[in-house]
Amino acid sequence: MRTLSDSTRQQAQALMEMYPTKEAAMLPVLHLAQKEFGLIDDEAEQVVAEVMGISPVSVRETSRFYFMYHHHPVGKYHLQVCQNISCTIMGAETILDHIKRRLGIEAEERTEDGLFSVERVECIACCDRGPAMLVNDKLHTGLTPDKIDGIIKESDPERKLDHMQSEGNKE
Amino acid sequence: MPELKLVSKNFEYDDQPDIKSAMSRGAYQQWKRVLSEKIPPEDIIEEVKTAKLRGQGGAGFPAGVKWGFVPKDSPKPKYLCVNADEGEPGTFKDRALLEKDPHQLLEGIAITCYAVGIHTAFIYMRGEFYEPQRIVQDAIDQAKKEGLLGENISGSGFNLEVIIHMGAGAYICGEETALLNSLEGGKGWPRLKPPFPALVGAFNCPTVINNVETISGVPHILRMGGEEFAKIGTEKDGGTKLFGVSGHAAKPGLYELPMGTSLKELIYDHAGGVRDGKGLKAVIPGGSSTPILKPDELDIPLEFEAMMDAGTMLGSGAAVVLDETVSIPQVFMVMSRFYAHESCGQCTPCREGCTWVYKTAKKIAEGNGQPSDLDLILDIAPMFNGTTVCPLGAALAAPAVAMVEKFRDEFLKLMKN
Ligand SMILES: Cc1cc2nc3c(=O)[nH]c(=O)nc-3n(C[C@H](O)[C@H](O)[C@H](O)COP(=O)(O)O)c2cc1C
Ligand code: FES
Repeated sequence: MRTLSDSTRQQAQALMEMYPTKEAAMLPVLHLAQKEFGLIDDEAEQVVAEVMGISPVSVRETSRFYFMYHHHPVGKYHLQVCQNISCTIMGAETILDHIKRRLGIEAEERTEDGLFSVERVECIACCDRGPAMLVNDKLHTGLTPDKIDGIIKESDPERKLDHMQSEGNKE
Repeated sequence: MPELKLVSKNFEYDDQPDIKSAMSRGAYQQWKRVLSEKIPPEDIIEEVKTAKLRGQGGAGFPAGVKWGFVPKDSPKPKYLCVNADEGEPGTFKDRALLEKDPHQLLEGIAITCYAVGIHTAFIYMRGEFYEPQRIVQDAIDQAKKEGLLGENISGSGFNLEVIIHMGAGAYICGEETALLNSLEGGKGWPRLKPPFPALVGAFNCPTVINNVETISGVPHILRMGGEEFAKIGTEKDGGTKLFGVSGHAAKPGLYELPMGTSLKELIYDHAGGVRDGKGLKAVIPGGSSTPILKPDELDIPLEFEAMMDAGTMLGSGAAVVLDETVSIPQVFMVMSRFYAHESCGQCTPCREGCTWVYKTAKKIAEGNGQPSDLDLILDIAPMFNGTTVCPLGAALAAPAVAMVEKFRDEFLKLMKN
């Protein structure tokens, strides 16, 4: 079974002491575990339960409720594209289609090399600057197909462009 | 009415998150004054009542009144939860308040906690707020170093710990009792009220829950005095509000205006009307949970009661401008998808109802709907009201009815027979 690093365990311990109850540290500890493991799967839930000294079932109940805990691996660059009203009317669908073509995957999928994944998310509170997306923890706004290409190339300079020449640029 | 900047006054300065710069512009002056003059806590609560400061998270409950519900001599600790979950589609004001003026929020938190007798404040921030988290945490650390937060603040004997608690992606956690469950480490299911959080809140202790913008307004009330603050707004709604405009506006962004400014003025005079010379189709006035308005319905004062009288809501003050090219059935589909996705699953009418509305909306948007679908939506919508623990389902029902009633022809055009 995987384990958490000593420093993460210490951080978890400090969090449990900081809150009035140790259970209250659940969300932050799950965030820490996800940072270390890349996802929260069954085993990660077990580890968190053990570190926090609470039942695995309670951990699961919480971890499965929140969308930001991934139960499947996501890419090194996780593109979270806003699909809510303001972004949609500013062209979010076009942006999503462009991303899907460029990466050759559908929404909620990951590229074979594990570098990129795409997810549709709800409003991320920057509606005046849409279309918008988060790439991991970084916000990108005013998206255009060109900006998307720039973000992909910056993340993976080696990425072959021929794949990227398909329908996307013809319009 | 021209813009009147209180909470957004210092948004233009990039160095405002730096405590020295913020203090050179007056940050923490009111907090220091409260401590040095030993202003009685009850006086602060009275001042906030006089100011007619209303909750800016959507419901508009008077902040001072809420604080007054908290028992003064509770043997248990009391808590403040600042609601920084900002998930209402169209809303982006709290992000700005957190990123651009974190010390204003911290000063508001400090004064609020002093007034209510609180020594631990949680800022519940939505999980996606990475940048706001970094900025606010940095501001907390600076304020502690300056002796403005922490133990024995400025030798007053008053202690205050401010803790950021990050959510993990769930709109429902913006609902105050779901927020409490999420803070306590559980899934974000709303609680039945009563008991109200002011009596039984976080960790079973008395708890004040206020939106970021509400708390950010508090230092201004102390600076101006409650009466002056109240004068800015309308009879019932004191002060200003940060209105957000997104979508097809010529100048999308945030505009801080006196409460009671007309929606029409916000859209045309401040946000520049519709971009590219296009016609206006509709405005969603206060976040996606508020019923849509047609172009001839915009002459309404932006205040809680007047908006209700007009059949809509002030909500979070986040207007979405839809130009003539927008398909309302498409917007309806996107909107209902959100509520179907975000229903927490606790109550059957909401869980099943939102999903059903979404499926029907999708069918209609794809051209496979029937006129009877529209009538069914209108029939079913009232069933959300009063049958659930929280108003999430109702927050879809009211705008759904408005869209179907006001744009019925457009829906019908998409139907084959
Ligand atoms: C489904 C739902 C979502 C909500 N989301 C938020 C939110 O993101 N931010 C917020 O401040 N209030 C939100 N609220 C309102 C809160 O329940 C609560 O009224 C508010 O935080 C109280 O603070 P205020 O009086 O300062 O507005 C939401 C309510 C509901 C029913
Ligand atoms: S609608 Fe996309 S950020 Fe709000």
